[in-house]
Amino acid sequence: MTFHAIAILGGMGLIFAVFLALANRKLWVWEDPRIDIVASMLPNANCGACGHPGCRAFAEGTVAGTISPAECTVASDDVHKSIAGFLGVDAGTAVRKLARLMCAGGNDVAINLAEYRGLPTCAAAAAVAGGGKGCAWGCLGLADCERACDFGAIEMSDTGLPMVDPAACTACGDCVEACPKGLFTLLAADHRLLVQCKNLIAGDDALEQCRVACTACGKCVLDGAPGLISVASGIAVVNYELNALAEERAAARCPTGAIVWLTGAQFAHLPALAGSERQ
Amino acid sequence: MSFATGFRHGVHPPEEKELTNRLPIRRMPYPDEIVLPLRQHAGNPAKLCVAVGDHVERGDPVGTADGFMSVPIHASAAGTVAGVEWWPHPDGSMALSVRITVDKFAPHVARPRTVPHWEGLTTDEVVLAVQQAGVVGLGGAAFPTHVKLAPPKDHAVHTLIINGAECEPYLTSDHRTMVEYPVRVLFGIRVMMRALGVTKSVVGIERNKPDAIEAMRAAVPADLDVTILPLTVKYPQGAEKMLIKAVTGVEVPSGKLPVTVGVVVQNVGSVAAIAEVFETGLPLVERIVTVSGHGLRRPANLIVPVGTKLRDLLAFCDGVTPDAAEVVIGGPMMGQAQANLDAPVIKGTTGVVVLAKYETRLARSYPCIHCGRCLDACPVFLNPSLLGDFARVGRYQDMVEQHLADCMLCGSCAYVCPSNIPLSQLFQASKVALRRAQAGAA
Repeated sequence: MTFHAIAILGGMGLIFAVFLALANRKLWVWEDPRIDIVASMLPNANCGACGHPGCRAFAEGTVAGTISPAECTVASDDVHKSIAGFLGVDAGTAVRKLARLMCAGGNDVAINLAEYRGLPTCAAAAAVAGGGKGCAWGCLGLADCERACDFGAIEMSDTGLPMVDPAACTACGDCVEACPKGLFTLLAADHRLLVQCKNLIAGDDALEQCRVACTACGKCVLDGAPGLISVASGIAVVNYELNALAEERAAARCPTGAIVWLTGAQFAHLPALAGSERQ
Repeated sequence: MSFATGFRHGVHPPEEKELTNRLPIRRMPYPDEIVLPLRQHAGNPAKLCVAVGDHVERGDPVGTADGFMSVPIHASAAGTVAGVEWWPHPDGSMALSVRITVDKFAPHVARPRTVPHWEGLTTDEVVLAVQQAGVVGLGGAAFPTHVKLAPPKDHAVHTLIINGAECEPYLTSDHRTMVEYPVRVLFGIRVMMRALGVTKSVVGIERNKPDAIEAMRAAVPADLDVTILPLTVKYPQGAEKMLIKAVTGVEVPSGKLPVTVGVVVQNVGSVAAIAEVFETGLPLVERIVTVSGHGLRRPANLIVPVGTKLRDLLAFCDGVTPDAAEVVIGGPMMGQAQANLDAPVIKGTTGVVVLAKYETRLARSYPCIHCGRCLDACPVFLNPSLLGDFARVGRYQDMVEQHLADCMLCGSCAYVCPSNIPLSQLFQASKVALRRAQAGAA
């Protein structure tokens, strides 16, 4: 009895094994073995920041020569170089970008008109009466971006502003999508002049809502290189095509501090939210 | 008389209408300043047509219609344009608005009639006149009325349904309109019936307004086939599709307009507005607003100039009590809480409700216990429990497959939820997120 069972199952196994072996021969597709190796060198975060559907697709593209290794914004320069060295191609150059917040109105400087008691997410607050903040364009501080960030690069300050860690930010764009007010922008790391405001109201009316709002006074336009900064519909706008002309001087006379010259992280002076206050 | 006058599911919130349902409609005096957002209706915002410093008379356009799906905006008081600027909008955003300093004691200037007399107008001329008068649905959604008067040619309209259900708690403006101006409402019905080419009209009124039913019945002229139909008292009886189900017994298919079942629905307030527009020749510059709530000192039904700031409106009602907690535009079920009292009354503002502290519930919400009460409450037969789970984790495409588009944010599910889950807010946020994703993809 036992012998029969072993013989039948063993025989079946043998038949299937032969079939699979033949099928493997017949249907075998050659795949560049370098794809697996490149894929193993990549961060495998599958964040999509490069614009390709995952790290595997990126690896296929680099081996095929359609993508340069440097386009992976998550990997470090060393990884770019080792992939380039392995494949014998140029690592290429990609502009390193960072997520920057176009709002500096934490709850210490921007007024709140009403207490919001609904769902504690920015998306829900924005859908209901704008969330109660005086400035309808400003950061709601309910940390949708912090939750969206796969890299832990965003941490809320104790004044309710997201602080982006430049070392950890990979410019994947998840926070840009998460923010219902559209306050995040992906900015090249060498673009240091930034208007941290989206409030379209000009003059003192803007200051009534937020002490660090752009009042569209135009001082930065005069102080910057010609054409670098313009004031349109109540807000200063930096033309980053002329970024080579940008100087710290342009931000020096800003009466509210809405335009800043970044030397690293935004809001670096603010303390992080203490652990006990987190929900 | 037919007794099939309800729909399945729905809820019974406290009505709270006794605060204002016996108060006659009064006129609010002009405030010092009015603010007219250019976006007050569904469709394209109006195009600005005045400049700072211009003098405007009551009824002069400050914005013109931008295409067919748009209506003009008219100055609701004589005065000087003081600014064209960003101003808080009742929906919580900022909107480009025309600020007018009111000249309260300006003599009435004789001007040519802006709206033509209705006799002898062809259908197209009536539609154009209604559009030029800036009339929109006054039931809250502010859908341009003239678009409903020009239904697509491939659908035959057989019945005009007038929505007098007013199922939202606290609100009594339609109720008072029917009690005090039944003849005007029926004149509006006559104009609309002729514009639509229908011979039959039904006015649906919830049974909790016996005086309105009586007044309307008494005013029906002999030559007009208008039925006054008492309806079951249930929320959301005044929702368009629920009303059609109650009146005709036919369900409007998912994602389709009422015209596919041969019906056009208009709110009582809009009908009265059309009648008034054709009677006086003045465009829509004021509307009836219920100002109510247990946080308000003196509730009232008021004729308010469009553009009156909430601050002025509440001040006219002797202000709020010390335990007032929340100002809501619309009713407490579907209304929008207001953060900024500078926001103006717009054409779609049915009521302003000031809730007292004891009426606003605690923010604490608990996990779903899958009791299924929301399924029994949902008037469009969705599964709010499942939709809520999807919304929480951002699975918006799954929500679309579960027919999120049919949700009209009536709030019945959130009202019955024993775990205090803010379901309708989750759905509202999901709808916004989906719209944003679609705009991004396009």
